[in-house]
Amino acid sequence: MSSKNANNGLKKGMGIHARRVLAYVVLIIMTFLCLFWFYVLFINATRSNSEIQRGFSAIPGSRLAANWQSLMNDSLPFVHGMINSLIVAALTALCAVYFSAMTAYSIHAYEYKGRKAIYTFILAVMMIPSQVTILGFVDLIRGMNLMNNFLPLIITSVASPAVFFFMKQYMDSSLPLALIEAARIDGSGEFRTFNQIVLPIMKPAIAVQAIFSFVSSWNNYFVPVQILQKNDMKTLPILIAQLRAADWKKFDMGEVYMAIAFSIFPVVVVYLILSKYIVGGVAAGSVKG
Amino acid sequence: MKKAMSLILASAMVAGMAVPAFAEETTEAAGADEGKVLNIQCWNDEFKSRITDHYPGYEEVDATTGKIGDVTVKWTITPTDDNAYQNNLDAILPDNANAAADDKVDLFLVEADYALKYVNSDVTMPVSDLGITDDDVADQYDYTKDIVTDSDGVLKGLSWQACSAGLIYNRAIAKEVLGTEDPDEVQEYVKDWDTFNDTAAKLKDAGYKITSTVNDTYRVYSNNVTEKWVNDDNQVQLDSNILKWVNDSKALVDAGETGTADLWSDEWSQGFYKQDQGGVFCYFGPAWLINFSMHSDEEGSVGYDGGWGFCVGPQSFYWGGTWICAATGTDNPTLVKDIMLTMTTDQDVLKEIAQKDSDCVNSKTVLAELASDDSGNLAVLGGQNPYAVLAEGAENVDMSNISDYDQGCNEDFQSAMKNYFEGNATLEEAVDQFSSAIVEKYPELTADGLLAGAEAETETAAE
Amino acid sequence: MKKSATAAAGKFNHRAVRYNRWGYFFLIPFAVVFVIFQLIPLITTIYHSFYEYYRSGLKWIGPNFIGLENYKTLFSSGGVWQYFGNTMILWIMNFIPQIFFSLLFAAWFSDTRLNLKGQRFFKTVIYLPNLIMASAFAMLFFVLFSNIGPINSILQSIGILKQPYDFLNHKWSVRILISFMNFLMWFGNTTILLLAGMLGIDTQLFEAAEVDGATSSQVFWKITLPLLRPILLYVVITSLIGGLQLFDVPQVLTNGTGDPMRTSMTMIMYLNRNLTTSRNYGMSGAISVFLFVITGALSLIVFKVAGYGEKVK
Repeated sequence: MSSKNANNGLKKGMGIHARRVLAYVVLIIMTFLCLFWFYVLFINATRSNSEIQRGFSAIPGSRLAANWQSLMNDSLPFVHGMINSLIVAALTALCAVYFSAMTAYSIHAYEYKGRKAIYTFILAVMMIPSQVTILGFVDLIRGMNLMNNFLPLIITSVASPAVFFFMKQYMDSSLPLALIEAARIDGSGEFRTFNQIVLPIMKPAIAVQAIFSFVSSWNNYFVPVQILQKNDMKTLPILIAQLRAADWKKFDMGEVYMAIAFSIFPVVVVYLILSKYIVGGVAAGSVKG
Repeated sequence: MKKAMSLILASAMVAGMAVPAFAEETTEAAGADEGKVLNIQCWNDEFKSRITDHYPGYEEVDATTGKIGDVTVKWTITPTDDNAYQNNLDAILPDNANAAADDKVDLFLVEADYALKYVNSDVTMPVSDLGITDDDVADQYDYTKDIVTDSDGVLKGLSWQACSAGLIYNRAIAKEVLGTEDPDEVQEYVKDWDTFNDTAAKLKDAGYKITSTVNDTYRVYSNNVTEKWVNDDNQVQLDSNILKWVNDSKALVDAGETGTADLWSDEWSQGFYKQDQGGVFCYFGPAWLINFSMHSDEEGSVGYDGGWGFCVGPQSFYWGGTWICAATGTDNPTLVKDIMLTMTTDQDVLKEIAQKDSDCVNSKTVLAELASDDSGNLAVLGGQNPYAVLAEGAENVDMSNISDYDQGCNEDFQSAMKNYFEGNATLEEAVDQFSSAIVEKYPELTADGLLAGAEAETETAAE
Repeated sequence: MKKSATAAAGKFNHRAVRYNRWGYFFLIPFAVVFVIFQLIPLITTIYHSFYEYYRSGLKWIGPNFIGLENYKTLFSSGGVWQYFGNTMILWIMNFIPQIFFSLLFAAWFSDTRLNLKGQRFFKTVIYLPNLIMASAFAMLFFVLFSNIGPINSILQSIGILKQPYDFLNHKWSVRILISFMNFLMWFGNTTILLLAGMLGIDTQLFEAAEVDGATSSQVFWKITLPLLRPILLYVVITSLIGGLQLFDVPQVLTNGTGDPMRTSMTMIMYLNRNLTTSRNYGMSGAISVFLFVITGALSLIVFKVAGYGEKVK
């Protein structure tokens, strides 16, 4: 419906005003749908368990400080969890973008035997759902004595086919081989060229994928829950799941919402800082298949 | 950039590896000296708060540590959801004897629904090995010992609770609809399931639901079964009393006399509060339920003004209860013994627990004492003294039909039946879904022809 | 090191070969991590699928080799196709509106004549829902759409409903809620990717088309869409793979049951039941292999339909 209107407008150049109104209306509805949940979370984080149980309210309650207190005094270490999540997500994002860029660079900048086969193979690898290998993965990690260790979570991101795919597409459009050639003539070593010339050019793509990787690692539950079993090593999603599962003796939804708000806050900050790249950055480089 | 990163990576590696590396240094507990760390595995804060409040000499350090003398007490809390608590025990208990001294589990807690799994295994220590005798526990209720007695008759755990339970009714609604709020008279309206269901219709006419959800009555039926969930051939069987729960519940739901929400959900707890219209006539549970979970300390709740009453209900049952077990391989046997005895047999401590925490404690003497005078009167019950009813209930609990699989069976059965109650499946389909769910959960079991079996049994009983 | 490389020069010139060795070098991290942390686990998973191997109480049963027994059980129960169907339905129900709105927004944002104000704000906002943990998001929905939740009270107070509508106990309302949540979480991401693709299209093409009198729908179907094909392919493939891995939202919304009658149980929820709840490694292996084969087959179809094969050359 709406796209049809939009198209007619474009053709006649008359309905541009109407189209603009329509666009704003739809965008404002979407904005509401995107932000509403944050509002509900915040409201509920300020209310007590029984207030929450008795029904929804649009007005903040008075229990913000109390909920914060119970979160901080909880037997589950939430501050630890925050630090753990930050370490894991930051290093995961770092490894994912750096090594994916490196892998993409290998395919992009060099001519060697089997290059195309490897490219196709990596695309195929992208199809393996991470949960499929979880069983063997946990076995392996146990065998390597790396349970309750962040390393297995972080290091696996070195091989992130989807990030690689994106980097490769970006290089195709924004990294002329002549530039590399010029660097070689200047006597720059291959590794130095990659780090000091290629990476800066890749900045927008790196920022975008860094955010995506950071967020997905931050919110990841399925894999970490299998690996991190000591309380002090757990990341926020695991702790929140545990808090939710706590039984009648201490079940406190106010605290649960506070925990969620607490865990969302850092990602929102990171996102807002990097969002200029998301909004403008991808566009600048643009992804041309 | 690369340098910085390898530095970060390296430090992450070191930080991460420190834990397992440390764990490998196995130091044998030397001679008479007992361990310096007492490790306790549990699924919530309940036992911790009992110890904090009532065990002499316990000092709380922070949320997961405490001290008894120079022994550090470490609490590891793993919630029961998704089998996480049991999976955790399963992973650590079998190797407990070989664990490093400071990592050895000394005490762990179990619930009745799966107690047998641990009791029938070597991972749990007989209490006699700690020096606890039959005389020590003579005052405890038999059923609390049956639950943690293994197939050879060896007692392997103790509990401070005898969680016999009953029907908790809303006095105001009882008065309005039944014309009385007296426990003995109300009992007449709920004395068996047929009467109970008739009363449901009366309540419906007055705009009330008899229970908040069908799951409220589940435990009452499931505690009064005549066969185990799983027989000796690993065959799942559906008891006729469970089938009766399904049929009775379906009728109540179809008549709009109760709901299908899960226990502990927001919807379930609506009846805890006074409402302008509608409301819930009764909940089923032990005394602790009123005190902790029904928000009796909040203005606007029914319990705040002592608006609940307590009677036996259609069948006697129990709910909850936590058993303390000693883990094989413990390096603190003396302390473990003392904790077990103090918390489950010391009459002063038990009376304190009863009065402070409303636990129905596991001592015939203490319960009789509480029943005999006003010290057992509870404000949330409008001053009623429930202990005589509770004590009688505790004598009547029959635990001969528990199996290792009860928790999983109860959980999956209730969620499968919800489909039937909600009209999303026929009874056959819902039972089939339970059959496949339970075999997924416990691959060693078989579950065929459940419904036919239960119906045949019902018919035989009728003849 | 570089010197020795020159010796092996074949049809390449010396310098190129010297550099091209670095191509392998840069591949090493990916290759090593992939082999250790993905390939080996994948092989063990497949290996497990031929064994009877699970935990019963405190004991481990197996591993005993039982051939294809796990697969037989898996397929004879029939559930697995139902869960696969559910997963696909949930994905399609989320993906169609998602791609529609993403294309629409990307078109609006990239349309210079429309010249929308506050673009930066809108572009920032649409990605925000992705920052909420899927499980937390599902929890919110559970509360909002419960019988006593605000949605029901609003619908009742404005007279649309007489009785609360039990959103979580009806097959299609549960599916719609799940799809709606996924839509909200991912349309921003997709919009950003498509927008990038659209901005990369040479504007002269549009101008030329307009001069030739093309209607805007002709422009969209004949110019924009074909040029967006590579990025659309990326979007479809990643979304499909993500869709097949759908877990958190339905798991939390339905309390792990996938009810009513498992009509919202996804493949991964089923895997999770077998893996986490019951530690049945044999059966989990079989489910994983099934999922792997399905994902591969579907992706291959998408690649073929999109004609990506020509592109790689």
